[in-house]
Amino acid sequence: MTVVNLVVNETPVTADVEDTMLLGVFLRESLKLTGTHVGCDTSQCGACVIHFNDMAVKACTMLAVQADGAQITTIEGLAAGDKLHPVQQAFIDNHGLQCGYCTPGMIMTAVDFLAQNLTTDIDEISTALEGNICRCTGYNNIIKSIQQAARVMGADEIADEADYV
Amino acid sequence: MYDLTYKKAKSCDAARELLAAADDGKLLAGGMTLVPTLKQRLAAPDMLVDLDGVDDFKTIMLCDNNLQIGAMATHAAVADSELVHTHLPGVAALAGQIGDPHVRNRGTVGGSVANNDPAACYPAALLATNARIHTDQQIFAAKDFFVGMFETALDTNEIITAIHIPIDQKCAYVKCPNPASRYALAGVCVARRHDGNVQVAVTGAGQDGVFRADEIEAVLAENFAPDALDAMSIDPDLLLSDMHANAEFRAHLVVQMAKQAVAKLQD
Repeated sequence: MTVVNLVVNETPVTADVEDTMLLGVFLRESLKLTGTHVGCDTSQCGACVIHFNDMAVKACTMLAVQADGAQITTIEGLAAGDKLHPVQQAFIDNHGLQCGYCTPGMIMTAVDFLAQNLTTDIDEISTALEGNICRCTGYNNIIKSIQQAARVMGADEIADEADYV
Repeated sequence: MYDLTYKKAKSCDAARELLAAADDGKLLAGGMTLVPTLKQRLAAPDMLVDLDGVDDFKTIMLCDNNLQIGAMATHAAVADSELVHTHLPGVAALAGQIGDPHVRNRGTVGGSVANNDPAACYPAALLATNARIHTDQQIFAAKDFFVGMFETALDTNEIITAIHIPIDQKCAYVKCPNPASRYALAGVCVARRHDGNVQVAVTGAGQDGVFRADEIEAVLAENFAPDALDAMSIDPDLLLSDMHANAEFRAHLVVQMAKQAVAKLQD
């Protein structure tokens, strides 16, 4: 067992964790933050993506002990009170989810991507989603959602870039 | 995973001491291969020594006409580094193509090199560019370092500290990625020194891991142009065949990737 101190969604957390406990399990089962989904558990599907020191990572492929000293944001920490993050709102507005299982990971990936590269470019958005799988195959509306969020967040429209249909 | 003890090292010396105290300690870099391996119970170390706390290992700098990339520099850090873009843009482009964004945010050059996955991208670049792998004990030339599939010349408990890539050259890396994993079905790095010397290394295709493509080098030394490889064929006998691609297809891919890499270097 190892004592870890970290900040999760702006709340300081101290916990004594098994050295073999995965970060995704720690968030879901110890902290009851079940918005982070564990899909494939083999770092392929991206349902478990969280922000670790402001970088999108897969929580199924990290140990909880590695997060000692880290700042973590999960899907639960994205909204400002009752006001959803523009990416969350865009997923609602554009039917960006069907079953919703992949959605937390899609949104956390999109938020990190737009923070680095505020663009509506379809190719760049698609490339950014390489580590996230939607088994409803709802990619069109996911990309549309991220385009809307980019616009709301201030991205300039790319002249020849139509909405993804 | 099997039970183990986790320790975070703050320095290379601390990591060495922790490893020495373990029966079967393993170094943890980004964990993008090791953590899945542990989860599948394919490895059972009694101790993990995390190098994430060794800040010296994260620096990217110029050092005597070499680009020095710390072992714990992530693929994302290399892909975004202004220094790497300025001096070896081909290496930055390679790092930006590894895995997916999440893998690039955690995975490190040291981890990739130490693992020597036969389909990993970095080994091809290091071999083609005559890079050197610095450890806490010695300095390896890339050609002496990559021994075979998942096998390197590293001694037990030896710690990679940085890689050094000479900047008196240009290089380009092109891979045909497996559409699911983004690992290379075949990846080719072409490095052309300012004095004209050409070296070509291939990953993803060889049965023994990364290798130098002598025949391609010989042709490009005479005529450094994509067309020069039009008649080139690679013997598939020594190439990998698996569910993703057979050896004949990989032999074809090697030549095509090499042509594309040469084209990138012609501007």
